[in-house]
Amino acid sequence: MADAGGSNAVSEPGSGDATHHWWRIIGLWVVLSAIADPLFYYLAGPHIPPGTMSNTADGAQFDFNILIVAALPVILAVWIYMAYAIINWRASRNGPEPVGGPKARSNIPIQATWIGFTTVLVLFLFGFGTYELVQPGGAGGGEGPSPIWTPASHSVLPIQVIGQQWKWTYRYPTYGGFETTDLVVPDNTAVAFHVTSLDVVHDFWVYQLGVKADANPGQDNVAFTTPQQLGSFVVRCDELCGLWHGAMFDYGKVVTPAQFQSWATTTERQLAANTKYLPPFAWTYTPDANGADGGYYPDNVDPYSPVLTYGAKQPGEPLPKT
Amino acid sequence: MPKVGRLAVTIALLAAVAGGLAFAGVSLTSQPTTVDYTSLPGQPVNVTMETVGAYGHGIHQTWVSYMTRSPDGQWLHTTIWQVPAHTRVNVTIYQYDSGSPLRNQQIGMVQGTIGGVATLNGKTIRVINANAGNGVGHTFSMPSLGINVPLSGNNPNANLCSAAPCTTSSPHNIIKFSFISPGPGTYPWQCFVPCALGFLYGNGGPMQTVGWMDGFMKVVG
Repeated sequence: MADAGGSNAVSEPGSGDATHHWWRIIGLWVVLSAIADPLFYYLAGPHIPPGTMSNTADGAQFDFNILIVAALPVILAVWIYMAYAIINWRASRNGPEPVGGPKARSNIPIQATWIGFTTVLVLFLFGFGTYELVQPGGAGGGEGPSPIWTPASHSVLPIQVIGQQWKWTYRYPTYGGFETTDLVVPDNTAVAFHVTSLDVVHDFWVYQLGVKADANPGQDNVAFTTPQQLGSFVVRCDELCGLWHGAMFDYGKVVTPAQFQSWATTTERQLAANTKYLPPFAWTYTPDANGADGGYYPDNVDPYSPVLTYGAKQPGEPLPKT
Repeated sequence: MPKVGRLAVTIALLAAVAGGLAFAGVSLTSQPTTVDYTSLPGQPVNVTMETVGAYGHGIHQTWVSYMTRSPDGQWLHTTIWQVPAHTRVNVTIYQYDSGSPLRNQQIGMVQGTIGGVATLNGKTIRVINANAGNGVGHTFSMPSLGINVPLSGNNPNANLCSAAPCTTSSPHNIIKFSFISPGPGTYPWQCFVPCALGFLYGNGGPMQTVGWMDGFMKVVG
């Protein structure tokens, strides 16, 4: 530790006669941390993004809050020490120049304490983060075509998210496979977003729902969430995807299950004239790479059956046991 | 190297850098002409465009493109137009290109127009089956307003127009639709058919360039 004062070792930290400095610093740190952490958690925490509109958003908010609660004492430790050192061990105007010495090069107890403290903190964050990722339902991120972690609920509404330059469309396989530009999801229902793309890589980011999954052509990237508040949300592309990437956003909404049922059946009927021309539903589509135009073709599903491929005709029906 | 030589090299390098910067500046700031339809406030606006399979001029002769007709009847190579807010916009598109099945039939449906319809050669349409007939050549789509209109393709074996501006003596389809302009702002529009022949998945070149298959509608109060 630096002999910042350089004045006869009367008060520098680490020396035997300066133990009171450390008790002051530690005391200040403990008191301020005990005040700052609950203040943050209970006052600011509920307002930390992405909010609580879904269970995954709620989980992300909780994670962010825990990370900040863990980080605040570290920040305070640095700031308090710096402030204390500046006030108590600064060079006086007419005093001697600060000089180095053994304490400027090494202070084993302090180094060991710091390394031990930060190691424990990092290991805790590693364990906490890992648990939060693997808990049932995951963290709202894309888990690829074969999710390791699925929602605790076994009734899941599948919604296919299709990215293309530059808009999102959504297919509802359990409602005849209609495709629409409107994203409507029911409250208190587990939703599986099957995210794919017809051209380049996009990224399906529903900030308020805590969902974010890459949309890769030829890939079925699954992300789960369960909405728990009614309202509207924004869907953005979060992967630079071309000229109007910035305009590739729209709005969706969470409605009651009854409203969703009404919307879905009405929309299915309204879009029937176009749905019959859509390709059979599939989890991925392969665009024709030969240049202009070209249809898209379902991969590996012939014919599509919501029951066989997903196991549920409507939200609320159980998935087949595996 | 003698002093004169070093000086010449230095000046040449500086000139090259300055030229590069000037070129980049001009390239980045230039954009196609804006066609102004705001001269008669309160009146419906009539926007006329055409689509051609190959522009036929300049360094991108083979690029597919939209063209816009100015109020005085001139065809301009631009996709930027300005209209008054909250005004009925009547759009007429002369479609001179061929078509094909759509990569995504979802854009084969007319959406966001007045009545949810368009007319194709005078006949009202709501949906085009892109897998039948000559398919769909292009779309006029403004996602922020929910507008999408498929433009039916022409017979690829016909003697299609190959250089803009095309005349109605070439095979064509006439698509008409209307919508109400929103409040002031800038609204991008585009073709959703990946129609850039020669580019991977048909999405490069003209599909990524304002003035070709992408444009802006500037709405002023």
